[in-house]
Amino acid sequence: MAKQADPLLIVENLTMRFGGLLAVNNLSFVAQRGDITAIIGPNGAGKTTVFNCITGFYKPTSGRMSLAFPTPATEEEIQRLTDSGHRHSAHDGGGLFLLERMPDFEIAAKARVARTFQNIRLFSGMTVLENLVVAQHNPLMRASGYSILGLLGSGHYKAAERAAVERACHWLEKINLIHRADDPAGDLPYGDQRRLEIARAMCTEPVLLCLDEPAAGLNPRESAELNELLRYIRDVEKTSILLIEHDMSVVMEISDHIVVLEYGMKIADGTPAQIRDDPKVIAAYLGVEDEEVEQAEAEVGI
Amino acid sequence: MATIAEVKTVAVPAISWSEALKKSAFAALITLGLCFPVVAFRTEVDISNRLILLPRWGLVLVFVAAAFFGQLVLSIIAQRRAGIVKAKRQPIAISDRASIIAKAFGLVLLVAYPFLAIGLSGASGSVKWIDNFGIQILIYIMLGWGLNIVVGLAGLLDLGYVAFYAVGAYSTALLTKTFGLSFWTVLPLAGILAAFWGILLGFPVLRLRGDYLAIVTLAFGEIIRLILINWVEVTGGYAGISGIPRPTFFGLPFNASNQGFAAFFGIPFSPLHRTIFLYYLILILALLTYWVTIRLRRLPVGRAWEALREDEIACRALGINTVSTKLTAFAIGAMFGGFAGAFFAARQGFISPESFVFMESAVIVAIVVLGGMGSPLGVAIAATVMIGGTEILRELDWLKMVFGSDFDPTQYRMLLFGLAMVVMMVWKPRGLISTREPSVYLKSRKGVSVEHVSEGHG
Repeated sequence: MAKQADPLLIVENLTMRFGGLLAVNNLSFVAQRGDITAIIGPNGAGKTTVFNCITGFYKPTSGRMSLAFPTPATEEEIQRLTDSGHRHSAHDGGGLFLLERMPDFEIAAKARVARTFQNIRLFSGMTVLENLVVAQHNPLMRASGYSILGLLGSGHYKAAERAAVERACHWLEKINLIHRADDPAGDLPYGDQRRLEIARAMCTEPVLLCLDEPAAGLNPRESAELNELLRYIRDVEKTSILLIEHDMSVVMEISDHIVVLEYGMKIADGTPAQIRDDPKVIAAYLGVEDEEVEQAEAEVGI
Repeated sequence: MATIAEVKTVAVPAISWSEALKKSAFAALITLGLCFPVVAFRTEVDISNRLILLPRWGLVLVFVAAAFFGQLVLSIIAQRRAGIVKAKRQPIAISDRASIIAKAFGLVLLVAYPFLAIGLSGASGSVKWIDNFGIQILIYIMLGWGLNIVVGLAGLLDLGYVAFYAVGAYSTALLTKTFGLSFWTVLPLAGILAAFWGILLGFPVLRLRGDYLAIVTLAFGEIIRLILINWVEVTGGYAGISGIPRPTFFGLPFNASNQGFAAFFGIPFSPLHRTIFLYYLILILALLTYWVTIRLRRLPVGRAWEALREDEIACRALGINTVSTKLTAFAIGAMFGGFAGAFFAARQGFISPESFVFMESAVIVAIVVLGGMGSPLGVAIAATVMIGGTEILRELDWLKMVFGSDFDPTQYRMLLFGLAMVVMMVWKPRGLISTREPSVYLKSRKGVSVEHVSEGHG
């Protein structure tokens, strides 16, 4: 496949150990540029741990996670950077980043990986608009001359702030919340908060958007809206998505590529059609041994 | 409309008197029980050194009656409140024009205050009003606004703020006395040194949150004070440092000499000039603090502080460097504390560790909390009430006629503080001004009700 040649994020032999617990065991997978890659698996399979490693909230025990944009990096380039001991080889508008070496905020700021959380983490005491402006902190900080020019009332900063508000409005229109721009984020209904969190992550202009169970707690109509939003992000905004999800209607419908985890190990990796028919995956979800799949299926009537 | 009226008429229920009376009787009974061992008897020693008990039933009766009627009024109010269906609280739209007019009025009042004081109480009587009230309150407003950056905006509970005040004061004293620098050179230096100490404190406590942060900052405040006491060669220990040069008016000292301020302007010398000058100096410093805070809130760094107070993990996921964000909050808050300290040293002419005890930190934190975290206006009101209130207590000599000549109202300062705190906790647990003003808005600026705003976890 032509797509195979355009990897955005390459995870190699990722292992995360908490004391005696092996949360992620030697996991390798590739997220392609322009794809929606889903990570699925039963509860406790280590999906969120993988996310926390990618976004720098955990430091993995071992393994390599390399992210390159706008063009993929060659094997040699990645190896050279690994040997050099540097965190990244960034240049204007892109570069190669070794995520396991970078702290969380740098991954968001430099490697441009944005994320949402399983339990929504909005700034609930700030307005909807403020939430989206805070997300544009780093470019605004530069525009304000690290606060010094901004303090003196520089016109350059004012223009940058207007642009930030405009970008925020673009996303508010996209998620149908423009009429609530000046309301506190904590006042929004649950489904709106989920979409606002995605919009906030998108305001950081990420190349990779990591969504941790975005459809949790949504009703079928809201789920459908979410699918549409994620497709828009992939097709129009050209942002690749990494997704953890339990809602199979979302996963099967929008994913281009699915990685299945169980007990921290990858048990399957492929297109939605392949995953649907994989006996190992079915076994994992039904909680039975591989050999007993057919029997179990017969019992539950699939 | 009709339906709303209907709801309201239905909603006010008849007051249940028997319920209220029962509660009041119970309160009175408890008061009686409490009074019996404490109030009912006064112990005295008679001539032959025997203990005698003087019954004070009248006083007990007063206490019991107060409890009874107090509880009666409270329970009637509570019943009425519970009955009225509360309208869904609308977000308060903040009118720009009204707030500008209010600010302009406040500013004119502050600028005119010394002359109002002179006009109302004469030249000699006004010193007290300008110095003890005006300057004293403005120092605390400035300290409140400075700490507000750390506690109110960034949500980092700092119980050792007085340390930066001390750093500012002692650096002013030492630099002016040792190197002969003028107040105006030392003022920015004091701010920078305090900011430096703010960063120094910030580094080790970055990972701490909530109670742990509060304890460490409290300890830091005590460390600074103990150093000031024990490093006698430099700080003079308990004796402090005296003879700190007073600030000059563009090089003109406030004295009766020929080169003095009064002589230069050809007006008769009066010690009042210096007091008025100091008043305007602290007014300008406080307004500078206010202006910088307001501006910073609308800059990315200010928004990052507030976002940090709301959710630190989300901040990191958005690429905000929480380390530098916290350190700037500590540094800028400390800097204003340093400025206030420099002013304090120059105004008093004498400083000692006595002025920088934990009580001062507690008062400043109380001002910020009572005012409403993050609200400059609330902090100003709280500082005026708390500091002005204590000064007013000194003025209440007429109470001696009521309670006898050994009655000293200032002794009741802490009791009144405590009462005010309790009343606030019940009435407005999130401070006087408990709406948050958004830093940016699209169509209308609506205050954010506190129930959404988090208080910060450290």
